Amino acid sequence: MIRIIIAIVALLPFAVGSPFLVNLAMLTAVSAFLGQCWNISGGFGGLTSFGHAAFFGIGAYVVAILQIRFGLSPWLGLPAAFLLGGGVGLAIGFASFRAGLRGSYFALVTLAFAEVFRVLANSLDITGAGLGMQIRRQPGLITFQFVDGRLIYAAALALLALATLCAWHLRRSRFGAQLAAVRESEDAAAALGIGVVRTKSLALGLSGGLTALGGVLYAQTYLYIDPSIAFGSARSVEMLLVAMIGGAGTIWGPLLGALVLHVIADGARVFIDTPGAAPMLYGVLLLVVIWLLPGGIASLKLRRAHA
Amino acid sequence: MPGFDIAAASLVGGLLTGGVYALVALGLTLIYGVLHIVNFAHGALLMVGMFAAYVLAARFGIDPFLAVPLVAAFMFCLGWALYRFVIGRVSRGEDRAMLLATLGVAVVLDNAALVIFTGDTRTIETPLTFAVLEVGPLLLPVGKLVACGMALLMAGLLWAFMARTGTGRAIRAVAREPEGARLVGIRPDRMFALAYGIGVACLGAAACLLLPSFYVSPSVGENFVLIAFTIVVLGGMGSFPGAVVGGLLVGVAESLGGLFLGESLGPITISLMFILVLLLRPTGLFGVAR
Repeated sequence: MIRIIIAIVALLPFAVGSPFLVNLAMLTAVSAFLGQCWNISGGFGGLTSFGHAAFFGIGAYVVAILQIRFGLSPWLGLPAAFLLGGGVGLAIGFASFRAGLRGSYFALVTLAFAEVFRVLANSLDITGAGLGMQIRRQPGLITFQFVDGRLIYAAALALLALATLCAWHLRRSRFGAQLAAVRESEDAAAALGIGVVRTKSLALGLSGGLTALGGVLYAQTYLYIDPSIAFGSARSVEMLLVAMIGGAGTIWGPLLGALVLHVIADGARVFIDTPGAAPMLYGVLLLVVIWLLPGGIASLKLRRAHA
Repeated sequence: MPGFDIAAASLVGGLLTGGVYALVALGLTLIYGVLHIVNFAHGALLMVGMFAAYVLAARFGIDPFLAVPLVAAFMFCLGWALYRFVIGRVSRGEDRAMLLATLGVAVVLDNAALVIFTGDTRTIETPLTFAVLEVGPLLLPVGKLVACGMALLMAGLLWAFMARTGTGRAIRAVAREPEGARLVGIRPDRMFALAYGIGVACLGAAACLLLPSFYVSPSVGENFVLIAFTIVVLGGMGSFPGAVVGGLLVGVAESLGGLFLGESLGPITISLMFILVLLLRPTGLFGVAR
């Protein structure tokens, strides 16, 4: 029943076609997708990252550089971004986990890596330094640029479906079980012969590769990126908020989290229309969720289902 | 290549800023040492202190250096209340929950400042802004000299408080052995709130000392989060002398990084230092393996 409702709500913007509704649905789907990417490592793997913007930014810059500097198709940007984002995720994970970083220290080191990428993007010539990069506007399927918001929304939904499929697969695959074992107790998992560093690095790599796809979609939608859009910590925090508020480690959590955040954002705009008002409420919501609902909003649903 | 004079001036400038950074890091290391919280709200709280000092200076004409006791007292109360009513209550002592609680506090404070003060960057001028002292070939900014001196003085006072007073001893007892401290009649939750308040008060003092040479905006705290954590992991989490030495080192590294790598690439030195220390020597220079 719930699945049918979700499907109807998700497809409604296509039928109605109101640009406002389509835009809202697109933003929500992108947030849910990015939250799901964070959830794969942060929820299912328990790897609290404060620096997922690193992967998002890599995707955005890869697709922009391929087009502007090498004249290649943005469609090539998708696999390239996935491989590079995934590779960087693997590398950061391998280096950090081998050094034994976990919990808060891992969170801080990911923040520092994102900052390194931001500073590099801000200084190198190939990334256009502080000026950022402008992708030439030429709408079309071949150039992966859509004027109709509904097509962008469809692309966002496809990404969301892909990430949710990955999350769903984690729930029932051998690898997912290993990841859960490592999250619950590294010592016990290691005693069972699970490669702890390998498992955690792979989870971060998968999450990083998927997150980079979000960067590609962003660059192709807005056709402009700069170092703080791509690598700024606001992106990392939003991904974390969506997953944590919705329910980290659950399949539907990020979807619920994204819905709640965007309802709040638009609701808040009615009363106070100053920058900062909505993110402030997100922060309050995060505190309330940690305090009263450590499992996120998704745990509320589960509890009622069990009762 | 920059000349020797410029490099020397940059080195001294870095040391002077580093002294104030040390005070920021002392607050962080105190909170970590006692509560074992990685206080991610540190940058946001520093920003609040800077705005408090800014309002006192712009509205009431109080020089930031003279406002140190006022802002430190205000920040102590804020920190105490934050721990008592938000962080301590919300997190139930779990590591991840505490980290996320401090992140939540940071998000709320940053955006509250954005709502109240808008995103503009603000600066103030004090009588010391343009004063310089000539020492041999070097021109030393008097404002930074005074700030560094005051920061090190306050670091000394904090050390004396922790080492010599009964309250300081109680806080250290709780840090080492909460259960044992409870048995001899010390209430750990009170000491935790007190230590968090003192750590945040350090930020209030540091904010006043930083204000004359830095701009303030709602996002300024972000710049200081990595700096403060770099100092603390470099010196060793929880180590007092480590925070002071680390502060001076990071101040110099930042200053020389800016000089040799240029303004846009310079900030990379701090992040790289942080990553390398964590990956290669997580206990820092003065920390002991746990």
